[in-house]
Amino acid sequence: MSEQILRIEHLVKHFPIRGGFLRRTTGKVYAVNDVSFSIRRGETFGLVGESGSGKSTVGKTVVGLYKPTAGQVMFDGEDVEARKRREPLRFRREVQMVFQDPRSSLNPRRTILSTLSDPLIIHKLAASSAERKKMVAELLVQVEMSSRYMYKHPSALSGGQRQRIAIARTLAVGPRVLVLDEPTSALDVSVQAKIIDLLLELKSERALSYLFITHDLSLVRTISDRTGVMYLGSIFELGKTAPLFSKPMHPYSRTLLDSVPVVSKEEEAVKPAGCAREDSEIPSSSNLPDGCVFHPRCLECTEQCKKVAPALIEVGAERSVRCFRFAERRERDMTQSSHEREGEGDKEEYGDT
Amino acid sequence: MTVDSFERVDESAGTWRVLLRERFGRSWYRFRRNRISLIGAVMVLSVAILAALAPWVAPYPRHAHAFTDFANRFQPPSAAHWFGTDDVGRDVLTRVIFGYRVSLMLAVVVLGISVPIGIVLGLIAGYCGGAVEAVIMRITDVFLSLPPLVMALAICAAFTPSIDKAMLAVASIWWTWHCRLVHGVTKSLRKEEFVQASEILGASPLRIIFRDILPNCASPIIVKITIDAGFVILVGAGLSFLGLGVQPPQPGLGTMLSEGATYLPAKWWMTLFPSIGIFYLIMGFNLLGDGLRDALAVEEGV
Amino acid sequence: MLAMRDLRVHFRTYDGLSRVLDGVSLGIAAGERVGLVGETGCGKTVAMKTVMGTLKSPPALFPTGEVLLRGRDVLKMKSREKRALKGTVLSMIYQDPLSALNPVFTIGEQLRDIIHHGGRRSGKKRLPRRHLVEKQERALEAVRLSDTKRILSSYPFQLSGGMRQRALIAMSLINQPELLIADEPGTALDVTVQAQILALLSELVRERGLTLLLISHNLGVIREAVDSLYVMYAGQIVESGSVASVFGKPLHPYTSGLLACVPRLTGEREAGGIPGTIPDYTEAPGGCRFHPRCKHAMAVCCETAPSAVEWASDHEISCHLYERSQGE
Repeated sequence: MSEQILRIEHLVKHFPIRGGFLRRTTGKVYAVNDVSFSIRRGETFGLVGESGSGKSTVGKTVVGLYKPTAGQVMFDGEDVEARKRREPLRFRREVQMVFQDPRSSLNPRRTILSTLSDPLIIHKLAASSAERKKMVAELLVQVEMSSRYMYKHPSALSGGQRQRIAIARTLAVGPRVLVLDEPTSALDVSVQAKIIDLLLELKSERALSYLFITHDLSLVRTISDRTGVMYLGSIFELGKTAPLFSKPMHPYSRTLLDSVPVVSKEEEAVKPAGCAREDSEIPSSSNLPDGCVFHPRCLECTEQCKKVAPALIEVGAERSVRCFRFAERRERDMTQSSHEREGEGDKEEYGDT
Repeated sequence: MTVDSFERVDESAGTWRVLLRERFGRSWYRFRRNRISLIGAVMVLSVAILAALAPWVAPYPRHAHAFTDFANRFQPPSAAHWFGTDDVGRDVLTRVIFGYRVSLMLAVVVLGISVPIGIVLGLIAGYCGGAVEAVIMRITDVFLSLPPLVMALAICAAFTPSIDKAMLAVASIWWTWHCRLVHGVTKSLRKEEFVQASEILGASPLRIIFRDILPNCASPIIVKITIDAGFVILVGAGLSFLGLGVQPPQPGLGTMLSEGATYLPAKWWMTLFPSIGIFYLIMGFNLLGDGLRDALAVEEGV
Repeated sequence: MLAMRDLRVHFRTYDGLSRVLDGVSLGIAAGERVGLVGETGCGKTVAMKTVMGTLKSPPALFPTGEVLLRGRDVLKMKSREKRALKGTVLSMIYQDPLSALNPVFTIGEQLRDIIHHGGRRSGKKRLPRRHLVEKQERALEAVRLSDTKRILSSYPFQLSGGMRQRALIAMSLINQPELLIADEPGTALDVTVQAQILALLSELVRERGLTLLLISHNLGVIREAVDSLYVMYAGQIVESGSVASVFGKPLHPYTSGLLACVPRLTGEREAGGIPGTIPDYTEAPGGCRFHPRCKHAMAVCCETAPSAVEWASDHEISCHLYERSQGE
């Protein structure tokens, strides 16, 4: 298991909604409900979902910004909360985060030099301000920007350039895992391509592992090794990217893939048929439906789905689905395989699913 | 490693010049284009220069101190005395100019004490939240519910009235507005991504407060200080008018008003010119503050 | 319906004269669904604002060109006339429904204001209350919102993103405009909701015979929502034609570069992007504005801007590469 650099186990994160004069808790946002997955060393794990799915919350909890309500995040075999208590500053160097909106992730009132020097000062990575300047210049080169940007303010840079600075800031401390929360969603597609190139290059140069959070399915398809599909705080489907995209199982995964606007006929051909009620929308995270949280929109909903929430179960090599339809199938497969073991030569073909 | 080679090459020499130009160039441009703010700036600057050079600029500097010339009392405005003379023969113009000195000093001292206190308390309250915030803000609320003039009156009356007691009195209330302002801005900035990014990098709360949040509070604070200056002067003049601020024979705009009031409407110049003086100064600050607000807003909007 | 002829728009700014639009020409016939594609900063917002008449005249300058809406030049109209057009002939759907809706009025109140604005322009008297409510409900049903009574009395923040966008569409259609301009519809929404909104939009346009101008930087959305498109770069139209032809065979180096950058659902991606950045409009490159970034740039590209050449009956290209082969 030392192959797994990050392991999220039954993570739960709820936020209280405070209101009223005395700021009582009037409700909760159930952002993340029992999420479990792991990331291997050197892997890019894609976490996809729409708004309210909780994917950003997962990212921020992994990086240590939030404390889990329940469950654990294990980094390199150790619980992150315990690690933060033991060695707060050292932990900060291991896992870093790149945010979505480059406009707000850089302080508009500080120069680039000041922003990039911050991590060096906090972690005492440079002996003098001259050395700091040199290191900042090197960081800029690594993100393919010239050092004359040092004295500029973020407002003088384009979105792509700002995002490069945000990436440089995380690299300054030498992390092993980068959580990327929609790093290119605010950028044009041509700028996005360059930033992704940069990220892939850095990943191979420095042997990083990425948790790539996004709603852009085409992007995830091209760069992640394994993918998790999230909806309203739960992972609905998890597995190796290529098989998941070519044969999605969960109704929500199929709906998601069906909605992607694509640019070529070849891509149209691989899109599955959607499986959601027409014109249905995502409910609020503070008022989750009973049972399976997707049931109000699901075209394959059964009575059981309305009352009981399914568990995430493995349905094949490296694939897990959270859906009763596949629990049945797995039951069938399991009885099928046990039958095959008992009755050799009995070749009963169950219907193709 | 390709470097973006298609941008304009900046041939600037020193880094300081670059920094200044980057930082202030656009704001200055906006400021310049706004007529009103320029007028305000000119007004305030003119008063500041007059006040600074008072002993050399005023026609009768000795009139600013204990001086009597009963032969010349109640002279209407003339070539010798542009603003006329008062009830003991002192030149009103001189006293107005010296009065400006007192007013500006009042503004500087009061704001110099109250603003830093307000800022620090506001930052702490906004960043820490929870019980700390509640305690600080409730104390602020209590102070805010006291009208400044009444509070100043009470403090001044409790001790021997003088200009320093007046300054202290006003300062003791004034910090609350800045505290509130900074608290509000801090709370909204707290959730910004660059603050979260600093937290993730491992920055200590102190570092985040002073390096990330405070610079972003700068423009509302600067605007407020400018407009506050006008109000502080007004309050000071009010106190002096009531006899609790500047004590005679020191020249103070409010004191001059109260002295001259008894001689209205016959000796109108004794009240009119100090009033215009107060109006001019406060108006200047207000216009300047408005202009600054527009100019500084540019930096954030970009 | 809408035509732009050689439109140039300049802005006076702190850094100099910003020559944003440099000879934009396009034409949309009634009933067509046309897309305008370009990345951030290409000038499509400026073009759209010119049609809407919302640019403040200093600092904006219009040295040449005309914008003909139903034959009349918008640039020469007085603001009163322009205002009369809005909502009635010309209507717009904004990008972010949350900021486009007034937060302190209910949906019903905002619809009512729009109806009255439309009625005033066409000289009709105020509708009696009963008719008003009926009209509002029908408008909401047309965008497939059920539970109309609740929505009419709700404030924007009480509705979900998709419902807000539908309400916004209802508002823009209620006075029966002829031309609908949609600015990045669905960008602020989740992808499943975006798909629903785009489908709704297509259906409404078809049902009512409207003309649609859809502006977006998302090539996938354009491909699914319109029949023909214009590709814009740095204030110049570089390519135009039917969706099938342009996507099937992108001619302009920018168009093909852009398409190559889009990650594919089938898993391929091309590295590299398009080298360089969009130009600074105060010092825009001469001739074809794409030439500093173009692999195939030739000497003539720096000097003269290429003019539109017909490659096929449904495909036009503005590029010197194709001029030469045409001539040969």
